[in-house]
Amino acid sequence: MDENRENRFMKYLRKDRLPHIFCAGCGNGIVMNTFFNGMEMAEVDFEKVVMVSGIGCSSRIPGYVKCDSLHTTHGRPISFATGIKLANPENEVVVFTGDGDAAAIGGNHLIHGARRNINITVICINNSIYGMTGGQISPTSPKGSYGSTAPYGALERPFKLSEMVKAAGATYVARWTTAQPVQLSNAIKKALKNKGFSFIEVMSQCPTYFGRKNKMRSPIEMLKWMKEESIVKRRADKLSAEELEGKIIVGEFQNKEEPEFSDKVCQLLEAQCTTGKPSSTRSAFEGD
Amino acid sequence: MVDFMITVDENLCKGCNICTEFCPRKVYQESGVLNKKGVHVPVPENEDKCTQCQLCALMCPDQAIKVDEKVDEKDDK
Repeated sequence: MDENRENRFMKYLRKDRLPHIFCAGCGNGIVMNTFFNGMEMAEVDFEKVVMVSGIGCSSRIPGYVKCDSLHTTHGRPISFATGIKLANPENEVVVFTGDGDAAAIGGNHLIHGARRNINITVICINNSIYGMTGGQISPTSPKGSYGSTAPYGALERPFKLSEMVKAAGATYVARWTTAQPVQLSNAIKKALKNKGFSFIEVMSQCPTYFGRKNKMRSPIEMLKWMKEESIVKRRADKLSAEELEGKIIVGEFQNKEEPEFSDKVCQLLEAQCTTGKPSSTRSAFEGD
Repeated sequence: MVDFMITVDENLCKGCNICTEFCPRKVYQESGVLNKKGVHVPVPENEDKCTQCQLCALMCPDQAIKVDEKVDEKDDK
């Protein structure tokens, strides 16, 4: 196709791999668009972006993007991202992860990344179900929702990922849905600019599994549902827990400044190289 | 004005029709015929109503939509 008849984000994508593997109407494509939009707004150098992902539908995104990317083991993208960031703090490390990846198997890596406050951006695409493996209930499935492992409705309480990461010490936390792409782009812009652990939870649609099991067969129905059920945090703070039942609270949960981990490591190294005696750093190894 | 302000790439579109539903000015319409991939590709029927808010380009999960700046015919040359 003619170059100037293509979508404006096509310059970031590996064209030979398109169209991508996602189902028709999947939210992952919208998250890709909003990420590029947010990246353009934050004026991040695309050459320095490193994308890391784990396992899952959403974790296939870095494979379609024309940048350095790493497809890692299930649940561990934040650990790999920590290594990439510390090896070269110049890199802009972005983790694309799903709810099964970040909340279920990688829950510990997520909270410890937040505790460490390392300067990476985690975009968690939360579709409330295990979409890749056949629609099993995930830790973020709403109470009462149906899945292939919950034919009578999920009994458990879901994880509130944004609240959890905020409590673990992240410095930028926001939740938006794919039905609000403009607000989501702004949140991604802020997250990329934030120096510290930034976490964005994107409530996304999975029409193939979540939609089909929960009587919302088309992506349009799912997007409308998310748009209707979402409530801005400022308004949600005034409502009681009963009124918020089944609602998706969107907005900015945390935005603060705190010392960042890779800076601390660099300062330590610098101090050791200039003031610390080389013998003192070596003695730790010699003691073995 | 050029006659092809909005382009929908038929090779990329999967026919989810998010654009037909979420366009604030209802520019798109679902086509009645299937293309060679078996997809109802949306058609920008009411292109003159478009305000270039770019919401469709941002919400298209398959990066299939391109919305151009309006170009006058005399500037085109």
